[in-house]
Amino acid sequence: MTDGPQAVVIEAPLVKPKVGRENWVMRAGLAVIGVYLLVAVVFPLYTILSKSFQDSRGLFVGLDNYAEYFATPALFYSINNSLTVSVISMVITVGLAFGYAYGLTRSCIPGKGVFKAIALIPILAPSLLPAISLRYLFGAQGMIKGLLMGETIYGPIGIVIGEVFWTFPHALLIIFTALSLSDARLYEAAEALGASKLRTFFTVTLPGAKYGLISACFVVFTLVITDFGVPKVIGGGYNVLAVDIYKQVVGQRNFQMGAVVGLVLLAPALLAFVADRMIQGKQVALLSARAVPYEPKPDRRFDLAMLAFCGTVAFVIIGILAVAQFAALVKFWPYNLSLVLDSYQFDLMDGGSWGAFWNSLKMAAWTAVIGTAVIFTGAYLVEKSKGFEHGRGLIQLMCMIPLAVPGIVLGLAYIFFFNAVGNPLGFIYHTLIILVLCTITHFYTVSHLTAATALKQMDAEFEAVSSSLKVPFYKTFVRVTVPVCIPAILDISIYLFVNAMTTVSAVIFLYSADTQLASVAVLNMDDAGDTAPAAAMGMMIVYTSATVRLLHFLLTRGIARRTQAWRKR
Amino acid sequence: MRTNLLKRLTAALAMGVFALGIGGGVAVAKTDLLVYTSIEADELAKFKNAFEKDYPDINIKWVRDSTGIMGAKLLAEKDNPRADIVYGMAATVLLQLIPYNYFQAYAPKGVEKLNPLYVDPKNNPPLWVGQRAYVAAVCYNTIEGKKANLPIPKTWKDLTKPVYKGHVIMPNPGSSGTAYLDVSSWIQMWGEEGAFKFMDALHKNISRYTHSGSKPCKLAAAGEIPIGVSFAYRVVKSKAAGAPLVLITPEEGLGWEVEAMAIVRNTKNLAAARALADWTISRKSMELHAPGYAEVALPGIPNPVKDFPDVGGKMIKNDFAWAGANKARIVKKWTARYDAKSEPRKKK
Amino acid sequence: METDTSAAAGEARPPYLKVENVTKKFGDFTAIKDICLEVFESEFVCFLGPSGCGKTTLLRAIAGLDIQTHGRIEQAGRDISNLPPTERDFGIVFQSYALFPNLTVFKNVAYGLENRKTAKADIAARVDELLQLVGMPDQGPKYPAQLSGGQQQRVALARALATSPGLLLLDEPLSALDAKVRVRLRHEIKELQRKLGVTTIMVTHDQEEALTMADRIVVMNEGVIDQVGTPLEIYRRPASPFVADFIGAMNFLSAVAGGDGTVRIDGVGLSAIECVCVQDEGTAVTLCLRPEDIVTRGVESGAPNAFEATVADLEFLGSFYRASLTAKGVENTRFQADFSVNLVRDLGIEAGKTLTVAFPADRIRVFADS
Repeated sequence: MTDGPQAVVIEAPLVKPKVGRENWVMRAGLAVIGVYLLVAVVFPLYTILSKSFQDSRGLFVGLDNYAEYFATPALFYSINNSLTVSVISMVITVGLAFGYAYGLTRSCIPGKGVFKAIALIPILAPSLLPAISLRYLFGAQGMIKGLLMGETIYGPIGIVIGEVFWTFPHALLIIFTALSLSDARLYEAAEALGASKLRTFFTVTLPGAKYGLISACFVVFTLVITDFGVPKVIGGGYNVLAVDIYKQVVGQRNFQMGAVVGLVLLAPALLAFVADRMIQGKQVALLSARAVPYEPKPDRRFDLAMLAFCGTVAFVIIGILAVAQFAALVKFWPYNLSLVLDSYQFDLMDGGSWGAFWNSLKMAAWTAVIGTAVIFTGAYLVEKSKGFEHGRGLIQLMCMIPLAVPGIVLGLAYIFFFNAVGNPLGFIYHTLIILVLCTITHFYTVSHLTAATALKQMDAEFEAVSSSLKVPFYKTFVRVTVPVCIPAILDISIYLFVNAMTTVSAVIFLYSADTQLASVAVLNMDDAGDTAPAAAMGMMIVYTSATVRLLHFLLTRGIARRTQAWRKR
Repeated sequence: MRTNLLKRLTAALAMGVFALGIGGGVAVAKTDLLVYTSIEADELAKFKNAFEKDYPDINIKWVRDSTGIMGAKLLAEKDNPRADIVYGMAATVLLQLIPYNYFQAYAPKGVEKLNPLYVDPKNNPPLWVGQRAYVAAVCYNTIEGKKANLPIPKTWKDLTKPVYKGHVIMPNPGSSGTAYLDVSSWIQMWGEEGAFKFMDALHKNISRYTHSGSKPCKLAAAGEIPIGVSFAYRVVKSKAAGAPLVLITPEEGLGWEVEAMAIVRNTKNLAAARALADWTISRKSMELHAPGYAEVALPGIPNPVKDFPDVGGKMIKNDFAWAGANKARIVKKWTARYDAKSEPRKKK
Repeated sequence: METDTSAAAGEARPPYLKVENVTKKFGDFTAIKDICLEVFESEFVCFLGPSGCGKTTLLRAIAGLDIQTHGRIEQAGRDISNLPPTERDFGIVFQSYALFPNLTVFKNVAYGLENRKTAKADIAARVDELLQLVGMPDQGPKYPAQLSGGQQQRVALARALATSPGLLLLDEPLSALDAKVRVRLRHEIKELQRKLGVTTIMVTHDQEEALTMADRIVVMNEGVIDQVGTPLEIYRRPASPFVADFIGAMNFLSAVAGGDGTVRIDGVGLSAIECVCVQDEGTAVTLCLRPEDIVTRGVESGAPNAFEATVADLEFLGSFYRASLTAKGVENTRFQADFSVNLVRDLGIEAGKTLTVAFPADRIRVFADS
């Protein structure tokens, strides 16, 4: 339009590509995924977030709720507090995770497999477990409360420790991947140029891992700012935004205000997300370079130092869990320290039962199976299909939203949407299906990103080759894409499984008489004052997830031996 | 004999097929009654077993969570309620749901024998019927209290003494119904100005505010704090588990809350829901309700818990309607004054 | 455009592939503009050009992978302009090989056959035949990762040929390979193509590859075709300075047209047999001449187009020397000439020596400066 008369040249008619049968299949697939995401993510969230513009009777009031909310001085404390703990947790977590990952990738310390396994344990634990441990360690009767030098654990210190423990594995996974991808040739060049170790670190290692580090920062920041579990149980009176939602929704049953805070909370999380996406976009180019993997050489002093560092971190992780296990066995802390097994009789306890445990197992298994199938297929269609640019962009955005939504908001959204009069899907309410659906949605984003990363690493031309051979894309998906991506698919399924075992915030509103869950039981038992059984059930979840992880590891190795023979030269 | 056996077998088989047909191993004749409740979980089995013994064709299915979570769930479901009956739920929560036409009126058999304080005064037949009352209470950890040289407080006002500075925990009325019970009772006793003056002084002694109403006495039981403001049942329970606690019922008067039941408007199991309501206010059931609670709806049933203080006389004249109507305003005022405890004090 | 022999020979038969006014836009960016091209049966055509010139876009439009925005494509008399790839008739090989890593060599080659409900025995026979053809018998049970790059590309080729497509498309097939393997494979591919007679289009940015393999080369630049011709034509008579620069080594010298078929470089007068365009006197032009076309042995001073030049530098490149020369008295005109090892030895050429050199008139190309 800008270049005047020249643009008015009569153009040849546009070529309208013929839509073949295969295209229809692909479009149908995309449509199904799109509808799924609308039903599972967009519609429910709309039902709750639209309440921020309504009064308690559902009448539209514009921005009144926002005006009221922003007129509250306590809000600024909450925003300030949320940002403070999120930033501090982010710095500490990413720092520790970087050191740990550095030790695992750049030194010759023994037992790297064990160290990596230990570092991932916190993902397996319900967030209440570290909170209980922290109380036993640093509370008024704490075993090592002297370390806090008079400061209380119930406040920002506790929140930060709890969040660091919980987010450490997430950061480690990302940074570990980033460091593993570094190119050995750069190190050889640095060495040849006579650069010192320190100089090499600042000129080669850090820039190489830059995107991974930034990405880890954003993930940790988003996880911390949307989490209400840790601040609620250990935060004392230190108000953060996520707890404000809890107070509005659960304490005062004021959904309108809860929705307002939910939207406020969405802002920093979305900001972090957008920035992260932009950086991720740049990282792709970095990954596609043909790099030579780096092999560390032994260096006694450096290796010892790294061993000491990783050992300390691993010790702390194990220590926190050991204290939780201790809490499960102790008769009455801190006045009767004899160890008993009473706590495992869940059927006699408040709020929990072995039934809840089996329900959790069932729910986690379905979540893993269905979630992996849906998420991986969805990611495939978004990544590998042609045309439909806008539709695919929208689907991608919908895949990203769940990361920024606090579980409590998601849970209520599911009630509003699925229990609405006339919703044809109403029959899934109060069943295991809604729990599975909600859990898949809650953990959709990270799973989708994992799938998308794996798919991006595949040759971009597989689909072109198969269409030239007149093999429809879905056959190639089954025969090639899925088998090649088996490691990522197993990773996604295990991620969904362990998170389904531990999740509380979203499902607490959705379980029913026949679908009680172990993770909710942990919370309720602790709520009822039964700390020991709560810890016991929490540890059961850890052991279960650990066992499943171990099985997953053996399975992966077995599958690798049989079907991934092609990976080895 | 033979034909008889054959008949029975056929009947059993038919029933089995029918049971399969409706998609579960549940015996055909039984009605599943979906009950939303916030009763402490350890009591659920007790009520369920006793009720089902009397009504073998009804099967109670509990959905239990804390008052806050259940309240939010109930309100979120208001357009399409799922429960058959809400049971053992704080009356203030029920009052909040009544404007949404949530319940249907029913006068359970024997309702006339109940203490009138426990029956919906606005509707006849009543929309809700109380089961029992729990009272605010203070708990004192003898071991930690001795360590810190703290005298056992006797009154609410005692708690404002400088000696208790940093040794008291109470729940946050913004997140806990129990805490609002305390705050509204103080206002009803001393007027709003007097109550806030008291809370100003108390605030100086508070170590921190918790989100759960039961947490303060749990923390006291675990030695985290010498003194907690909570409710009586929690103290009784922790003591039974071995906690060195003393239950204190301050002399000025106690806030209290009714645990009540109400039948949901669109229940498909009305007969079963009514049966549960009828059974609940029977003497046998009321006796099951009593342990650890201040008072049950049916007069003349003592609390069997040993050394449970007699609180009947201390229970204030509680105006639930007033408390409900003013909640938002009072919580807002409270939040503005006190809800930033761990903040470094900033001058505005 | 130059006349070219294949096109002339092809007048008798209709083209196998006809590309008419094809334009492809990506948003506001026009990748190829109004391309017209004819490819004849059994011909080996190379699309040559720097990266971003649109050659791959054109190939993908022909394959239907990225269908053109405007224009028409016809294959074997059938209008395929808007057909999806599955409804066209081609086999394709990519730079990345795109072998299915989880399938054996055998399964990879059989991939397209299995979908056609061909009998198992027939598939096995066909795969064996193809592997034999690409020189990899007995490699069937191996996985792609166990093969070298060159072997993988052979498998990819066998896979593309398995279904006997009418058109073979090669997208930079040799770029990812080592230099030596590349040279060997390009002969093999050419050989195979000749044997099978399959019409082939190859995209490459490597002029040497194009020159050695193609029957005809299509030189592309900035979304348009600059020249189509046999390798010899393209090399000898580049149609534009771009083509001249892109293919082979070339001296570019600023000159002024004399208007009568002569040009002058700072006082040195030269005659050129072919001027691409009629040049008015005084027009600034660029004179192009390949280093290997500059002669010195037996050139007398006073011979046509001869002048004296000084050797500024001499670079040994193995089979020959590349000399940097300056025309005597014209310091700022530098050009390069390739001298054989024999010549350098015979004439004792070394830096600083002055030679009489000649620019053969039939080798000079002149382009008007734009």
